Amino acid sequence: MSDLQLKNKVRGVPPKERSLRRRERRQQKIHQIKINKHLYILMAPYMILFLLFTILPVLLSIVISFTYFNMLEMPKFVGWQNYTRLFLEDDIFLIALKNTFLFAAITGPVSYLACFIFAWIINELSPKLRAFMTLIFYAPSISGNVFFIWLLIFSGDRYGIINGLLIKLGILLEPIQWLKTEAYIMPIIILVQLWLSLGTGFLAFIAGLQTVDKTLYEAGAVDGIKNRWQELWYITLPSMKPQLMFGAVIQITSSFAVADVSIQLAGFPSVNYAAETVVTHLMDFGTIRFEMGFASAIATVLFMLMVGSNMIIQKLLRKVGE
Amino acid sequence: MNFTLGMFRKKRVNRSFWGSFFLFLLLAVIGAFMVLPLVYAINAAFKPLDEIFIFPPTLFVRNPTLDNFADLINLLSASWVPFTRYIFNTIFITGVGIVGHVLLASAAAYPLAKHRIPGTNVMFKLIVLSLMFTPAVTAIPTYMIMSFLGWVDTYWAVIIPAFSYPLGLYLMKQFMEQIPDALIEAAKIDGATEYRIFWTIVMPNVKPAWLTLIILLFQILWGTDGNGFIYSEQLKTLTSATTNIVQGGIARAGVGAAVALMMMSVPITIFVFSQSRIIETMATSGMKE
Repeated sequence: MSDLQLKNKVRGVPPKERSLRRRERRQQKIHQIKINKHLYILMAPYMILFLLFTILPVLLSIVISFTYFNMLEMPKFVGWQNYTRLFLEDDIFLIALKNTFLFAAITGPVSYLACFIFAWIINELSPKLRAFMTLIFYAPSISGNVFFIWLLIFSGDRYGIINGLLIKLGILLEPIQWLKTEAYIMPIIILVQLWLSLGTGFLAFIAGLQTVDKTLYEAGAVDGIKNRWQELWYITLPSMKPQLMFGAVIQITSSFAVADVSIQLAGFPSVNYAAETVVTHLMDFGTIRFEMGFASAIATVLFMLMVGSNMIIQKLLRKVGE
Repeated sequence: MNFTLGMFRKKRVNRSFWGSFFLFLLLAVIGAFMVLPLVYAINAAFKPLDEIFIFPPTLFVRNPTLDNFADLINLLSASWVPFTRYIFNTIFITGVGIVGHVLLASAAAYPLAKHRIPGTNVMFKLIVLSLMFTPAVTAIPTYMIMSFLGWVDTYWAVIIPAFSYPLGLYLMKQFMEQIPDALIEAAKIDGATEYRIFWTIVMPNVKPAWLTLIILLFQILWGTDGNGFIYSEQLKTLTSATTNIVQGGIARAGVGAAVALMMMSVPITIFVFSQSRIIETMATSGMKE
């Protein structure tokens, strides 16, 4: 019996009996917990750590965001003050917000599509070539902080590979300070972020494509599907919805959290804050200025942004193939 | 024109030549973009000084040398913490983190995957939600919790949170759902306790999934710098030490590339040898909602 049916049934009975039944159900639950206590013991270590280091910090962050807190004195409650300051007085936060949205709007969808398209093409290759191409596309994201190699590529003197190439070709006469010129910083970071972004989501897509029922394609061919594009839209995509969802969560989250690439390539702070993101702004206040309340407000805004955009995307993805 | 390029599998119908040609071209161009920086990094690591400052810059090395690696080792041993200490720290953090994570995440995944008991639904929803968190959001309160527990400036500040990363539990739970219920029922009838079922029946059956968890966590922990939680120089990781060398400007050019090569070769090698298993695991885990 579902909860709803139960509720409807309960509604018809007198209050006294209703509370009796509720108690009965609660006792049943407690009984169930008792006989399954070994299962709870199995779960306990992970769950305790999970609550302690993932859920509790998020809740704490929300609480602290309403206080003034400098790690030395006791936190003082200040209401919405951190948030009004953030949105009304902090010009750099608005730059950070704009940059973060730009990152999310470009790297999010592009890397998500790239993950899918390349997984899809690679899936059609022969097994050996498939393994090789998977490695090539996946390697940048697992190479740790190897992206500092891009520092050498975009190096500001004529020995940087881009400058050298452009000068050799006669396009440039003088080397450009790529990472110190406002106009170039964002595109370069977006490029590097894209280079790094074919990670877990990409693997999940490759795995998902291998699970699509092959007989569906034969059936589709009989039913008049003419080319691979129709196959993709009518058969492949609807068959791997769970992976599409999983990939979306991973890509969205990482595209909102850009910071390492920005700090390593453009410096911290970057020229005229051209590469400031919400996360670097958060680090500025959290680890340099020790304004924990304000930093927590930034973290809370970021948290809301991530969860919110995830909800929207998941709603959209549910419509695939409907 | 209903034939395909030789590179593609020939079994499938509905393939046009130009479609295959176009897709292969796309794959080649973007593939080059992905791999060239890595090729450049590998070559730069073997370049002698005069080749790094050559104009125009070259992609491939002409007179390979191991000078950069020798310099790197000299620089690392010149600091008052021996180079081997950094290696030990990284291996210790990675090793303990992985073992703990695989054990705890599997133990927690079994009840979530195979039993309907009060609380598991809420727990799993929280875990899926937490896939959306980024460490940046929780960094400040996590630091406070660590300092409350007295774990700041110990290995544990990095290791213990790794035990409870949500991604591993998520994948493990999905994988465990594939184990037939009959197997568990049979063991129960034979009088096995839940612990015994978990250890002798469930765990051997999810061995392939271990590998996926191990690789994913290895990538995270191997690259971790521990900055923010670890301050003592003798507890710092290889990543932290090498980043200091690259950023500090104390190294001559080329050492950075040697660092890059050293750091990336380990995870890439491991992935090469485990690729098919990882993808197989992710494929069989179904990833239902």
